[in-house]
This record gives sequence, C-alpha cells and structure tokens, in this order.
Amino acid sequence: MYQAIVFLPLIGAIFPGFFGWLLPARASEVITTSLVLITALLSWFAFYQVGIEGHEARIELLRFIDSGALQTSWTLRIDTLTAVMLVVVTTVSGLVHLYSIGYMADDDSRPRFFAYLSLFTFAMLALVTADNFLQLFFGWEGVGLASYLLIGFWYHKPTANAAAIKAFIVNRVGDFGFALGIFAVFTVFNSLQYDTVFASAPDQVGKTMEFLGMQLDVLNTICLLLFVGAMGKSAQFLLHTWLPDAMEGPTPVSALIHAATMVTAGVFMVARLSPLFELAPIALGVVTVVGATTAFFAATVGLVQNDIKRVVAYSTCSQLGYMFVAEGVGAYGTGIFHLFTHAFFKALLFLGAGAVIHALHHEQDMRRMGGLRKVLPFTWAMMLIGTLSLTGFPFTSGFVSKDAVIEAAYAAHSPIGMYGFVLTAVAALLTSFYSWRLMFLTFEGKPREKPDVLAHAHEPPWTMGIPLVLLAIGSLLAGAFFMHYFIGSDQTAFWRGSLVTHGAEHHEVPLLVMLTPTIAMAAGFAVAWYFYITNPLVPFGLSKRFRGLYQFLLNAWYFDALYDFLFVRPAQRLGRFLWKTGDGTIIDGIGPDGVAARVIDITNRVVKLQSGYIYHYAFVMLIGVALLITYFIFAGGGLPK
Amino acid sequence: MTIGLSHYLTVAAILFTLGIFGIFLNRKNVIVILMSIELMLLAVNLNLVAFSAFHGDLVGQVFAIIVLTVAAAEAAIGLAIVVTYFRNRGTIDVAEIDLLKG
Repeated sequence: MYQAIVFLPLIGAIFPGFFGWLLPARASEVITTSLVLITALLSWFAFYQVGIEGHEARIELLRFIDSGALQTSWTLRIDTLTAVMLVVVTTVSGLVHLYSIGYMADDDSRPRFFAYLSLFTFAMLALVTADNFLQLFFGWEGVGLASYLLIGFWYHKPTANAAAIKAFIVNRVGDFGFALGIFAVFTVFNSLQYDTVFASAPDQVGKTMEFLGMQLDVLNTICLLLFVGAMGKSAQFLLHTWLPDAMEGPTPVSALIHAATMVTAGVFMVARLSPLFELAPIALGVVTVVGATTAFFAATVGLVQNDIKRVVAYSTCSQLGYMFVAEGVGAYGTGIFHLFTHAFFKALLFLGAGAVIHALHHEQDMRRMGGLRKVLPFTWAMMLIGTLSLTGFPFTSGFVSKDAVIEAAYAAHSPIGMYGFVLTAVAALLTSFYSWRLMFLTFEGKPREKPDVLAHAHEPPWTMGIPLVLLAIGSLLAGAFFMHYFIGSDQTAFWRGSLVTHGAEHHEVPLLVMLTPTIAMAAGFAVAWYFYITNPLVPFGLSKRFRGLYQFLLNAWYFDALYDFLFVRPAQRLGRFLWKTGDGTIIDGIGPDGVAARVIDITNRVVKLQSGYIYHYAFVMLIGVALLITYFIFAGGGLPK
Repeated sequence: MTIGLSHYLTVAAILFTLGIFGIFLNRKNVIVILMSIELMLLAVNLNLVAFSAFHGDLVGQVFAIIVLTVAAAEAAIGLAIVVTYFRNRGTIDVAEIDLLKG
C-alpha cells in the first residue's frame, strides 16, 4: 500500500508526460487525477492505521548507494509524522488535480501540466517518506525541479521564466547550506540513516568541529546549516524573495506547491530532525527568530499588495513563519498542526482566488475587482470560510492551530519566545487586516471591473467547486477534530517519537494571552471594515501621507532591489566580464578565432599570387623547368658518378 | 664557313626562346600562344633532326615525324578549345582569361 502511495503519482507523471500526445488531453487529466485521488484515499487509510492504531512500517525498496561507509537504502519510513504529511500532500494534490481540470480547460498543454503536477506529488512523497538524509535530499531537489517547471509552465511569458529561474537560484542558496549540513552529518555520524544519527546525537553535545577555520559546536552548526536549506525551501526571511514571484505560475500550482505542500518541506524537515534540533539550542533560537521575523515582515508587506495572489503569497510566507516559531520553541507538534490546518485554508484561499481570477478572465489586480459577492456568491462563501480560518475566527481550524502557536511562543518564557510571541501577535492583527482587505476589495463595494468582463463573470464549474467545498470543510473542522491528537492530551501516543514531544504539559498562560489572537483578529477586521467599507478614501489618504512607508511596504522592504544591487548586478558584471573578456577576447581570440584569422591572413597573401593569367603560370612553370634542368646539369642528373 | 651542328642548335635555341617570349609577352590572343607552342615544338624538332644527321642515326628523324603528328593533333585540339571558349565567353583575349584568379 505504501509503495502504491508513493509510486502511483510517478506513474501518473510518466504516462501523460511521455504518452500524453497519443490520447486526447482529457485522458491524461482523468488518469492522473484518479491516480492521485486513489493515493489520497490510501493516505487517509494509512493515516488511520499509523496515526490512530499505531502500525508503523519500514519498507526497504532497494539499496540506493553503497560506497565505503556510505550505506544508504531506499526505505519508506511510515510513522505518524510521515502519515500526516502523506495526508496533507495527497489530499491537497488530489483536489488541485481535480480543480485544474476546470481551471486549465482552455490551455493547450494540459498533459504537460498534469505530468508536472504528478511529478511534484511524487517528489514530495519521496521527501516525506524518506528514511535517510540522502532520500530527503532527493525529494528536496525533486520538488525544487517540479516547482521550477510549474512556475515556468507558461514559458512564453518572460516574467514566468524569470520567476522560475529566480525560484531555482534562491533555492540553490538554501540547498547549498542544506547539502553542507548533510555532509557534516555524514562526517560526524558516519551515517545518513535517521535512526543511527538520532541515536548517537546525544554523544555529540558540546563537542566541536572545525568549519571555516573555526571551532564550532557540532550540533548547532549542523542544525543551522540544515535550517538554511529550510529557509530557502520555506521562503523564510532573507530567502523569501522567490515566493511572491512564483505566483507567475498557474493558480492551482500556487495552491499546491507554494502554499500547502512544498513550502512546508522546511517545516517538515525541522520536525523530522527534531531530535537533532532539540539538542541545538542556538539553532532553535535562530529558527524562532527567523520565523517570527518572517511572520511579521510578510504580513506588513501583505498589507499593501494589489495583486490578489501576491497577498495570499505573502500570507503564506507569514504563516510559514508561525510554524517555525512553534518549532523553535520546541512545540514541533504545534508547528506540524499549523502546517496541517494551513494546508486546508491556504489551498482554499488560493483556489478561491483562482476561481475569482478564472471568472474575471485572468484579472489579478484587486483594484479592478469589487462587488463580486452578488455575482459569485459560491466563491464568496468559500473565500469567506478561508479568510475566517486564516484570521483565526474562533473554532475554525486556523484559530485552533494559530492560538496554539502563539501560546507556545508565550509559554516558552524566554526572551526569544517573547520576541516570537509579540511578533506573531502583531502579525495576527496584520493578517486579519490584509485578509479582510482582500475580501472587501474583491467582493464588496462598487464593481470596478470592465463591464464586459463583469458580464462574463461566472461561478466555477463543478470540478473547481468540489475541491473548494472539501477544503472549506477541512478549514472549518479539521482543527477542532484533530486537535487532541496533534497538540492535545493524546499527543504522545499520537506522535510516538516521530518527533520530539514534551508531553501534554498544560501551558499556564494568562487569559489575556489566550485572547490575544482573537482580539487581534477583531481589531484587524474593524480597521479593514473602516478603511474599505465605510471610508474607502482613508487608505488613499494614508498612502499619500506616508508615501515613503507605503513604497517601502509595496516594494517588500526593497529586498529585491537590495539583492539586485548586492548579488544580481555583480554576478551579471562578472558574467559579462568572463563572457566578453575571458571567453570572447582571450580564449576565442587566441584559440579558434585567432588561428582562423591567421590562416585567412596567410591565404589572402597566397591568393594574390593567383593572377589567373595563363602566361604567368606558364612562366612559373618554365622557370621551374629551367631550375630543375640546371640542377640536373650541375648535379650530374643525380646519377652516381 | 661550314655549317656545323652548333649552328643548327643555335637557330633551334633562338626559335625556342622566341616561342617562349611569344607566350609570355603576348597580351592579345590565345591563337598567338598556340602558334608560339608550335614554334617551340618545331625548334625541338630541329634539334632532333640536327642530332640525327650529326650522329647518322635515322631514329631521330622518325621521332621528329612523330612529334609533327602529335603537334598537328595538339593544334587541332587547341583550336577546338579556343573555338569553344570563344562561344562560351565571347572573347579569346588573353588578358580576360583569368578565371583562375584567386
């Protein structure tokens, strides 16, 4: 069964990818979608078996690499953490496949699209079922590849190509750290197997290793390097720049990869390696600080974005920060729980945004939306549920998990935990504001669409509707339903050591702290209501008065400009130098071009000898004959004397 | 003054040289080149006949007859080439026959 879960999507990728042209596009859609939906059903079954009943499994498929001390096998590791991720990945993937049938109906290369989607699903499943670092790295790079392909799916758009390349390169930065971390793990532990590494990790506490000429603490260094990888993949502060640009891809891709699954790979990795991180307090502190900073930073940027998908993208970035905050204070279960609920409501928001974009013929600018509630009541209801859950309306999934994150940060009772608490609480306020701003700008107020676009606006077809409904149910109920497994009284029995749990200790937190997220949500809603319903001119006035701040936020703290100045331009200059001077002038100039030029020079001179006049040739011939005869006369004809 | 072998050879050498210069210095006409070649052949023939008489060996004279035959054939082919060339290019001016020019 577990083999089927992992490899059915691969079959679903190979079939349309290589043979899609043999059959109508509909066949590719149906086959891949049904394969992934079967996988999703199997995953829920696996979740029940592993998570609730406790039947864990290790399935060795094949020896992967045997080289000296490096012994790795391809093993499926099915424990609770894997089962949770299987459910998240395959459910969202299955629903996104179904949704894409409706959303991509007008596209000519649907088989390619579905092949990429399934390829991504396979890579992600390989990542979460990994039993050693090498397998993890395989899945890690596999999802990176699929992400690149899908962001650049509309390859005729230069912006999509640029975004795909940017995503790939920024991820390379993170993966460099990640690969260094894996190398360090192998050097220190002489194994890449999780269990072996976790078992011998406590022996390494306090030991040092040499890195860049410095003596550094082994576990902190390893965990920090690995976390750099997580920062790249999960779009954390400093390596976040690719995620908003990734919205160039089709909307279902954004929902699947850049909201629900791939970007959570970093969160998953930290949880999976929690036995290591638990022994590395400095690394954990960094995780919290980076997470909290991201949560706050992305939320501030989300306040002023005008592209509906970018708002949701920055929101994703921000929510990923929440997950890292929880993990950084040791509440790994809470982080994964937020990942789990976030997958539902963020996929719902993205697919809902996709439905709006679909209805408005690929209009993404919220300034040209408005008044859609009466035109698209179903989509409005779905987006409303997603927004309620994201902002943490009481008893929705988002409320349960976000509250848990904020409380966990407070309950850490450390300066870093406090930093996380304050920033996540402020981010909750900002989240509420920008989410309601999105809702109000899109669905309320006067229609600002072009009349012909509005006239053609229509509710999504059933293939897009069903995923929305199922995700909406998840967004409302999944949190409350699974809460006691993930973070409640049953958590130790539920996780069973697949990640570090600190038992079911009851956090004694003041009532005010418990109410903080709800208050923040209400305040954000009130401000958004005031700005965009009662007094729509206020935001314009503010953006005029605080022009600098507004531009600062609109340009995402000028990170793109900064990186452009610091890295992109110098790299381009270096590249141009190597290309023009190094390759063009020196190598080509001396090598091929130089030799060819000399040959041409010489032949040009030789050519001048060829006058074309017969008498010249005859003259040369005669002189030659005369010389030969003279030679023979004086040398005696070359005969022996 | 007796006319000896050296006189014949001198005449032949003068004729040969005339033929050579006829080829080189001629800037007008391909036919003149053909005539010059004939002249050179005849100069060589004169040598053959002179040596034949000098040595009293008739083989040289037979050889001269063969050369004459070949020369006739060669002249026929040369003229044919010239005619064809004129048909194709519309000129037999030596200065304009420079297709080999690089």
